Amino acid sequence: MRTSMTLYRLFLFFALLCLSATAHAQSFPKLTGRVVDNANLLDPAQEQALTAKLQAIEDESGRQVVIATLPDLQGYDIADYGYQLGRTWGIGQKEQNDGALLIVAPNERKVRIEVGYGLEGILTDAMSSIIIQRAILPRFKANDYPGGIAAGIDEIGNLLALPPDEARARAVAAEQQAEERQSSGNSFMLIFWLFILLFLVLPIMLGSAFGGRKYRRGRGPVVIWGPGLGGGWGSGSSGGSSWGGGGFSGGGGSFGGGGASGGW
Amino acid sequence: MSHTRFSYVLLAPVAVISLSGCGINSVPAAEESVKAKWADVQNQYQRRADLVPNLVAVVKGYAKQEQDTLTKVTEARAKATSVQVSANDLQDPQKMAAFQAAQNELGQSLGRLLVSVEAYPDLKSNENFLALQSQLEGTENRIAVARRDYNEAVRDYNTRIRTFPEMIGAKLVHGAQPMTPFEATTAGAEEAPKVDFGG
Repeated sequence: MRTSMTLYRLFLFFALLCLSATAHAQSFPKLTGRVVDNANLLDPAQEQALTAKLQAIEDESGRQVVIATLPDLQGYDIADYGYQLGRTWGIGQKEQNDGALLIVAPNERKVRIEVGYGLEGILTDAMSSIIIQRAILPRFKANDYPGGIAAGIDEIGNLLALPPDEARARAVAAEQQAEERQSSGNSFMLIFWLFILLFLVLPIMLGSAFGGRKYRRGRGPVVIWGPGLGGGWGSGSSGGSSWGGGGFSGGGGSFGGGGASGGW
Repeated sequence: MSHTRFSYVLLAPVAVISLSGCGINSVPAAEESVKAKWADVQNQYQRRADLVPNLVAVVKGYAKQEQDTLTKVTEARAKATSVQVSANDLQDPQKMAAFQAAQNELGQSLGRLLVSVEAYPDLKSNENFLALQSQLEGTENRIAVARRDYNEAVRDYNTRIRTFPEMIGAKLVHGAQPMTPFEATTAGAEEAPKVDFGG
């Protein structure tokens, strides 16, 4: 008992050590929503409007776009910082890597559009550069940060919007998937109750019907198994619901340095 | 009797864990990861090489006096594309050094070209040139990312094959050799050529 406790502490110590080592390498702001305004460039109404816009982009195309304003880049080049931020947050869907970031560092006077692997063909370096040069920088130069960010997001949204036929196909597929999920949920519940019936209810009924001590002892472990299994499933589904509970999180997309930067 | 059956049941997971701990599986997995990252590096360098002819063509139209610089870029490109390192040669530091030297040469000559372009305002405002310039900038950035990812994968692989317990499997079963990471051989080689929009 005592040694296991010591071992446990030792393990915890090393785990923490590892954690601090990775955390020390570079710290990134928390992904608090689609608009992470750590440099306080936006008022709440603007932030809300932008969040709605970004939500609309994702609803329509599945592509995640996040705005990050940063008080400082910790001495990194914005391109260097940007792709790591994108990877840390995991913006974009995991399979498609279709995320993009608009990063604004007002103190360094730098802006960057960071593009995930999967969007490099649509939001190309040249297009990103044009958006920065034409839509964003003129407004930033006039100290209109909210205007520049909104204009940039509009342009990005236009590029990321799917062609109508693709958008329709996507909507149909999403509907089908939702239906499937529902029906698979139903069959899952069916199996769950069947299990309960087979392993929990039936043994008890049979046990009491036959009344044999030997039989009940033989089936005993199975009876204990039933609730344990149910408990495991329950916690799984609650984990799922907390994910869908309105909070925004990245889909696990990755970045490889695509995009463009600009300064003013 | 139940006791022996219990220990047999335990044996399977223990064997799996200890085998993977010895690097039977993890070393080849790390090796494949290095090779995949290397393919990325080569793709990004190839992408840069593919941009060069277009860039040269656009610049030629505006800056005929820069013939010398342009020729150097074209030559450096030809040399860089001729030096290739296959995924099986990653253990060979000399081949890697030759590859790096050729690519650095191209990077530097491109940097010189972009500096000399500063003297031509017409060219600098040309749409094609601006697009190419941003593509080149993005590609340099991708090269930097791919190189870093490759180095990270190499570091992971080299650590695995040199540390206990995975070195057992690495040495006995796979005969693994350390791979060569990128190094900044010349001063500023890691730096991408400065591409400034003058904004």
